[in-house]
Amino acid sequence: MMMPAFILICSMIVLLQLGVAYCRSLIAASARQPLSREVQDVTGINKTASGEDFPRIVQLLHLCPESPADRTPLQAIGAYFGMLNFARRTVARLRPSWRAWTEAERAQCAYFAAVTLERRIAFSRDMLAQQMDA
Amino acid sequence: MLGPSEYIFWLLGTLCEAGVVVCALKKGAFRRYLFLNLYMAASVVVSICRYEVMTHSGFTSQAYLYFYYYSDAVLTILLYFSLTSLYAHVFGELQASRLVRLGAILLLGGTAIFSYAVVQESSAKMITHFVVELSQNLYFVGLVLTYLLWAAITKMRETRAQLVQLVLSLGLYFSLFAANYALRNLYPSLSSLCIALLPVFGFVLPLAWAYAFWRLSTDERIAPARLALVPR
Repeated sequence: MMMPAFILICSMIVLLQLGVAYCRSLIAASARQPLSREVQDVTGINKTASGEDFPRIVQLLHLCPESPADRTPLQAIGAYFGMLNFARRTVARLRPSWRAWTEAERAQCAYFAAVTLERRIAFSRDMLAQQMDA
Repeated sequence: MLGPSEYIFWLLGTLCEAGVVVCALKKGAFRRYLFLNLYMAASVVVSICRYEVMTHSGFTSQAYLYFYYYSDAVLTILLYFSLTSLYAHVFGELQASRLVRLGAILLLGGTAIFSYAVVQESSAKMITHFVVELSQNLYFVGLVLTYLLWAAITKMRETRAQLVQLVLSLGLYFSLFAANYALRNLYPSLSSLCIALLPVFGFVLPLAWAYAFWRLSTDERIAPARLALVPR
């Protein structure tokens, strides 16, 4: 009984740690991609994103046809955003440095969602162009 | 017998695995991550063979049971070698590939001996039990090795975005499966739930790898500081 319990605890801890790192790597990979003028207008992100933008951008994403490649990363970032909200309401109240950090992370989640929106718009345009050609 | 939803999950899983190989081929990353792609290609072949065995012998037959667990053990060993190939990528500049290979083979042998020792006295169906035990222990060894690789990546300030995502998604996959096996061992009453979750977990690796191959180029870089978890 000891061995499975040990494996279970270790796995859960590593799952959480690597899960967060994976989300951060997704965000980091999209951070350098600039947003087009039109996506900036639609999302309201001109220079820097805010964590409050995330739910609104996700709603916009639901209006676009889904690109299969982006579905899973967006779900992962959604879960990460939920975790950050939880941390903001609990741990961050006790430590001010965490509050600033969670806010910065939430803003990066919003930027990731905006980059995904940009891709989906491009994907929809490609599909439309293909249909027009056909 | 499997229901329609299980067949759909199976088919989608196999298509995702094939999708990884297609993405890698299209983006020119097939040879660079050869073992990872061989693992995905082997998974597709095993899926087709499992379907063949199931339709000929039945889902509850001994033949299918044996084929399922043996092929699972072979796939786990292949995935383990995929992990060692990621080690070779990370430590490539240190000329440590030979050492990594030797270490991986020794660890695989050690895990096999440990699994054999565990089941030797406790099971009447020793060979079948050995394969299950070996798979379970390899998942945990894989998890520990992936975690160590992740620690090395952060310590060495690795910047290759694709490599980082491939390693992290492999770590997620190993931890999900290791936790699932451990939960089944701890609470046998939860077995049916744990088994039902396996196909869902099976999507994690192919989808994450397909995304890494499709969306990221092999020379795309990320700032290592962005991966650090500690608030600054």
